[in-house]
Parts: sequence; C-alpha cells; structure tokens
Amino acid sequence: MSTTADSSQQPAAAPRKSARHAVTLPVPALTAPAKPKKITTAERVLSSGVRVVVVRRPSVPMVEVRLRVPFLSGKSHHLTRSALLSETILTGTEHFDRTSLAIEMQELGGDLAVGLDADRLLLSASALSAKLADLLGVFADVVSSASYPKSEVSGERARLVERITLARSEPGVIANEALGRRMAPGHPYGYGLPRIDEVQATTAAQVRALHHDLVRPEGALLIIVGDVVPSRALDIAERSLAAWTGSAGTRKVPALPQIERGGLLLVDRPGSVQTSLRFGGRALTRLDDRYPALQLANLAFGGMFSSRWVENIREDKGYTYSPRSALDHATLASSFSLSADVATEVTGPAVLETFYELGRMATLPITEAELALVRQYAIGTMSLSISTQAGLASTLSGLLGAGLDLEWLTRHRDRLAAVTVDQVAEVAAEFLAPTSLVGVAVGDADRIAGPLGRIVEVQGG
Amino acid sequence: MPTDKSTATPSPRRSAAATLRAPSFELVHHTLGNGLRVVVAPDRSAPVVGIAVLYDVGFRSEPEGRTGFAHLFEHLMFQGSANLDKLEHFRYVQASGGMFNGSTHLDYTNYFEALPSNAFERGLFLEADRMRSPRITEENLANQISVVKEEIRVNVLNRPYGGFPWLVLPPVLFDTFPNAHNGYGGFVDLESATVADASAFFDSYYAPANAVLCVAGDLDADNALELIERHFAPIRRRKRPVRPDFAEPELAAERRATVSDALAPMPAVALGYRVPDPGTDLQTYLATLLLAEILSDGDASRLQRSLVQSKRLVTDIGAYLGTFGDPLEERDPSRLNITAHYADPGATDKVIAAVDAELARLATDGTEPGEIDRVRTKFAATIFRELDQVLNRSLEFAKFQLLFGDASLILRLPSLLAQITDADIRAAAARLVPSSRAVVELIPGANA
Repeated sequence: MSTTADSSQQPAAAPRKSARHAVTLPVPALTAPAKPKKITTAERVLSSGVRVVVVRRPSVPMVEVRLRVPFLSGKSHHLTRSALLSETILTGTEHFDRTSLAIEMQELGGDLAVGLDADRLLLSASALSAKLADLLGVFADVVSSASYPKSEVSGERARLVERITLARSEPGVIANEALGRRMAPGHPYGYGLPRIDEVQATTAAQVRALHHDLVRPEGALLIIVGDVVPSRALDIAERSLAAWTGSAGTRKVPALPQIERGGLLLVDRPGSVQTSLRFGGRALTRLDDRYPALQLANLAFGGMFSSRWVENIREDKGYTYSPRSALDHATLASSFSLSADVATEVTGPAVLETFYELGRMATLPITEAELALVRQYAIGTMSLSISTQAGLASTLSGLLGAGLDLEWLTRHRDRLAAVTVDQVAEVAAEFLAPTSLVGVAVGDADRIAGPLGRIVEVQGG
Repeated sequence: MPTDKSTATPSPRRSAAATLRAPSFELVHHTLGNGLRVVVAPDRSAPVVGIAVLYDVGFRSEPEGRTGFAHLFEHLMFQGSANLDKLEHFRYVQASGGMFNGSTHLDYTNYFEALPSNAFERGLFLEADRMRSPRITEENLANQISVVKEEIRVNVLNRPYGGFPWLVLPPVLFDTFPNAHNGYGGFVDLESATVADASAFFDSYYAPANAVLCVAGDLDADNALELIERHFAPIRRRKRPVRPDFAEPELAAERRATVSDALAPMPAVALGYRVPDPGTDLQTYLATLLLAEILSDGDASRLQRSLVQSKRLVTDIGAYLGTFGDPLEERDPSRLNITAHYADPGATDKVIAAVDAELARLATDGTEPGEIDRVRTKFAATIFRELDQVLNRSLEFAKFQLLFGDASLILRLPSLLAQITDADIRAAAARLVPSSRAVVELIPGANA
C-alpha cells in the first residue's frame, strides 16, 4: 500500500482526485503542535519504605490512587493463594466489615478494586478529592489489618471456583492459557488461572499468612493523582500509612525459562465457528536502547488499525474483526504477541497471511511513510493516555513499577523521533520473524487441522 | 451491619450529595444553516481535543428484513468518503497521533476521534467529508459484511453467554419489530444488504439536520465555530426525518422464555422490566436509576448482600438501565435489566424469588438512613470521572444534546439526583413487579 500519512513536517496534502466530485478538497495540514504540559511530581519515601508519588491535576474534583505491592513468587501454592487473597482482601479489616467498607467507599464517591497478576498486587481507587484522607484511611486499614474472615473466605472460594469455570468456557481464555504455558513453561508467568482443586483446598489461614508475608510497605509504591495539594497529600499519606510496617518475607523469584519451541499447538474445540489464533515471542524491555525501534515495528505490523496485518486480514480480506499485536512488559521480561479470532473456514489462509506479513517485516524494511505514521501515532497516543487523572495514575504506576520514571516518558518522544527505517528493520528481523514465535490455535480440529498442516507444522489437536 | 468505626479516621457524615457541584464547563451552542446542531466545550487543561458526531438513528430505526443494518452502515462510514479513499480515514487520524471509533446504539450512532489539538481542523474535515458523502462500493460492502459477521461470531456465536441478555430480552419484553429485533443482525439479512440500501439509509438518516456535532478540549470557541462553519456549512441541507413513536402498551402479565446456550457451563437468568419514559418523566426515571445502584452497586448493595453474600445463591448479579449499561442513552421504551449467573440449574426460581423479596422490602420499608445519599454521591463522582476525559466530554455533551435537547443536563444530574427521596425509591421499587417484566432463563449446554 502506498499513499497518505502526511506528518506535521509536511505542508497541506495535495488535493486528490475524487471519482464522485468535480471539486476536490484538500485534507487540512496539522497546525503547530501544542507544547506538552510539564508534569511535576512530588515524592517522599516513608520510613516504612513506601515510595509515595503525587501529581496535582485539578481537572475534575477527583483523586486517583494506586497502591502497587510486588507479588512475584515462585512458591507452588502462590497462584491459588494470591487469587483468593485478591478476592477477599476487602471483606474485613480492623475497622470495617465487608459491608461497612463498601458503604464507606460509596460515601467517598469512590471505587476500590483489587488487581492481581504474577508481578504485583494493585489496589486502584478513585474518590472525591476532598475525601483523600478518608480514602487513604481505607487503604491503610486494608493493607495493615485485612482479617480474611473464615465465612467470607469460604464464600469467595466457592465463587472463585465458579468464576474460573465461567472463564475457562471462553475461547480467548483457553487460547491465552495455552500460549502462556508455551511462553513460560512451569513459571508463574505461564500459569494462567488457578486449578479448581487447589482453590478448594486453600484456607483462610493460608491467605492470611500470604498477606502477612507479602503485603508489606518495603518496595511498595503509592501513586496519587488529582485535585490535591501535593505537599498536603504527602503528609496525609505519611500519617495514614504510619501503622503499615515491616518487610516482605524472602521470595524465590524463579528465572524465566526458555520458550517451549515446536509447531503450532492445536487445541480442539469441536463445533467452534471461529479459530482463536495467538502467537507470542520475547521482546526488548523499555530500558533497551533498541526498544523504541521495536515499539514502532510492532505498530507498523499490527499494533494499530492502520497497520499491515490489520489492513490485510480485516480491511482487505474480511477474515476477522479485531486482529491486534502488542508489546507487554512484565518485571522479568517483555513479550510480543498477536491475537486474532478468524472464521473457521479461513483459518489456513489467515495464518498464511499472518506469516506473510511477519515475514515481510522480518526481511524487508518498512517505508519512510509508514515510519512517519507509526511515529506520530506513538507520540500522539502517549499524550492522550496521560491526559486524564486515571490515565496518568495508571501510567505512573506502570512506569515506576518497572524502574522507569516520567523523565523516561518525556525523553521517549525524542527517542521515537530519532528511530530510522534501518533500526526498525534490525529489530523486526530479530523479534517479528515467524521463526521467533510460538503459536496456538483454538478451534474445530476436524476442520482446521488439514489446512493448517499444509502451512505449518501442527501439534496437538 | 456496619461495625462501629469510630476509632477509624473520622469523617463528617453530612450529605455530600447535596453539596456536590459538577465541574463547570463552558458550553457554546450554535446551529448551522443546514440544521447541524453544534456544541463547543473548550477546556485548555490538556493539549488534546475530542470530536463527536452523533446521528439520530440507531438499530431501532432499521427496516424489516435488514436487521443489523444500522451497525453495518456504521462500518461503511469508515470506508472512504467524497475526498478520501478506502483506508485513508484511519490513516489520517492515526498519523495525527489520534484514535477513532464509532458505535451503534438503540437510538443513535456515534463517530468520534481523540486527537492532539494540532489535528483539530483535520478531524473536522474527516467528519465533514463523510457527512457530505460516504464512498460505498460493492467491494467495501462485501468486505464489511464479512468483518461484521466475524464481530458477531467473536462477541455472540463463538462464546458462552454471547448477547446475553441484550439480544435475548427484547424479543420477549417487546412486541414490535423496532424494539424487539436483533440489532446485531441475522446473517441472511446482513448478506442481503445492497449499496442501494446504504444510499437510501444515508439519504434518510444522515442529514446534517439529524446530527449533533460536539467538540471539546484544547480549542478556542470562536475559532472552533469558524472552522466548523468552513467545513460543515457547505454540506447540503436535507430534510430531517420524522422519528416514529416507538412506544408499546404496558405488559398485561409476566412473560417467560428460555434460551439454550451450548457453550455455557452454568445457567443464568435475565429479568427485563419496562421503565418510565426519561423524556417525559425524568424525575421518575432518575429514581429508577438510583434504585438500580441501590440494588447492585458494590458489596453494600441490596442484591450483592442478599443473593451473593448471605444466601450464596448466585455467582454474580447486576442491575442496570438500558441496553449496554449506560442508563441515559435511550429514549422510550427502555428497560431495567437484572441478570445473574449461578451454579445450580435448579435454583432459577429461588433466584427470582430472592430478587422479588428484595424489591418488595424496598417498596415496603424504603431505604436505610444514608443509603440514597451514598449511592448518589458515588454516581455523581462517576460522572465527574467520566468528564475528565476529553473524548467522553464530547460524546456525553453530544448525546445529551441529541436525546434530551440539553447538553448541560449531564452537569445538572447531581443536583437532580439530590431531589430524589425515599418515597421516590419506594415507588420505583413498587413498579418492578412480575407483571411488568420478561424473564429469560439460559439453559447451559456445556458439560451436559
């Protein structure tokens, strides 16, 4: 594909021909870009070890809070216990029972959610900014005195089993779990959802012990963004969290194993009207000098709508609704992944086109026009993602949790601006090559094994 | 019951809701010569703009034999226009560092961009160009029919609980085609769509006078209006279609139906209730809105406490207004949904009885002290949070202008909700009786 994608460096695009209109109108050029607003952070490390970072953003009378606690552990029972912990941490504390805690949150105009992945436990909240002190009071109460009442744990244990059953009936979940096992065999990153029998055997005492071991301030990160006075917010945080002390118990953090190589893994789902395709491979971390080039390579391949893969298998061929590739960053490694759900009858052709586009990325350079497009997209969407209180809070939590900072984000514009076509080609050759990736296809094996087997080595099914 | 928390951080317990004020946004209104209604909402706090165009047509208005056409047409609006080839719309937005999308609802269809502010005029051009003339060809139509079929497969046909309850409740709760039919569309209908159908649909419903444009964010109001005049005023004026009355008589008795889902591992049930008309009786409608929050917002809500925590009857339960969970995006007739998933296939009647018991308790005893206040505080805060995003501001102001003739209504919701009383909530609960609802039970087929 040729054409378009004029960036801010160019004047107005030339008028173009129209089949239907005698008079053609030019697409307006971009005007001078607004200077990105400087974001000022206030920061304090409390004596307990919690790092508190505050940004004043008075756009609406709200405040966003993120509390990130490192949670990576190699213990075999960690997955199950941490899953049950995240379901029950809000069901009772020294000062609240489950209902009164939820009532308190509503009165603060607030929401409090618990997120969990292999790397971290994340408490995310929003509230009216005038209620920051009360909100941090709730946070403090939860982290320092969650009590995991027996009856709540047994009730949530049964619900967790039902939720896992529901989740495992989703083809996307089946596919992601299968890919995870290949990307990180035998490692917490590859575990997926807990096993039901292990959930059923987990007790309140075990969950309480996990909280005691790992929900500790040392290494934790508290982000506050909103209509607040930073110095005051820091004082409130320090006062509120004074009772939360101690360091985390020692954790075995297992090294990430090699990807399990092999043919495309076929997972049979009889009668499936679509095939859920997932591919994955390793990627560069954001600390790597070559990362900006890889970020742009991903965008050019399939990381945005106007990318080769999406324009091919969706806008040209109509094989799928939402194909997308992505770079994800975990503490131990970053990964590159592809996801598309395609009609069963075009599974073979869809994989063929996918390999074609990956192969092109890995063996031929992208055009200067493509580079200009993905670069501008990367820079512009970065501004959009931090234009709200919630977006900025989550971005900060992700950056600081990975050992980066806002300065990294600010300088990232310049890094993106400096990337060349050759640099994109070099990283694409290494990370986007079909031979660098492993894949999973969840679908009707009777109908897709044949066509797939003519294109790639297939295992399973 | 709440424990005594007097030793925790003390906080004043007076009604926060009464004192909550929405952040103030300057709203400038204008109507172009061709009838396009314009709302400008400047706010210079971040260097980004939101552009939203809402057309007053949704899947309620699509013709019989063409189910899913409003949504298919939404896809076609991205396929090129008077001055843009296929793929160019997407590329111009993304090459500006922006994001785009569109979505089809019961009563309207929206198209929108979030852009760095230096792409503002470009965004206006892109929207004006397709309002002028989308470029719909046989090839693009065939391509997008395929894409939409894959969208329906991934969201409905290939997954458990797909389209539950939004596709299964309407045909039981309503009798007329506009209200009852499948808005995603049947494959036979989608495959029958023609370029001529698309032209006719565009001519009927995509007139400038049938649309609202809202721009928000880092812009100057005068300059924005000048640019809007420049790009949109030359679009030919066309007749604004007359919107039919979609009202249906109230139900005479409870209606019941079952659907089977071969992919679902557990049963589920959906209750759909007729609700008051928000256009003519907003006060009563807002009481129903707060009632839905009282029923299922968070762990302190009635249904969570009773059915999830105490009786342990269900895995999950939720109550919400409207088709997709936005309580203020539909005209009459709309509905209140209560849906639950549970493990025991024999428990359906017990689940429904427990819901009825909670509704009866609210209708008879009313709310607990503070219960309405905390729910409306939470609801108001949710609105503030929504309005923090420039794209949401443009979408919400445009939606309230289109459906209610008043973009600023969203900013006045906190004060309107503050007027809802315990008696209003009791009355709202008393209306949710079996004879005003449809019940659809989902029979699971997986693991059977």
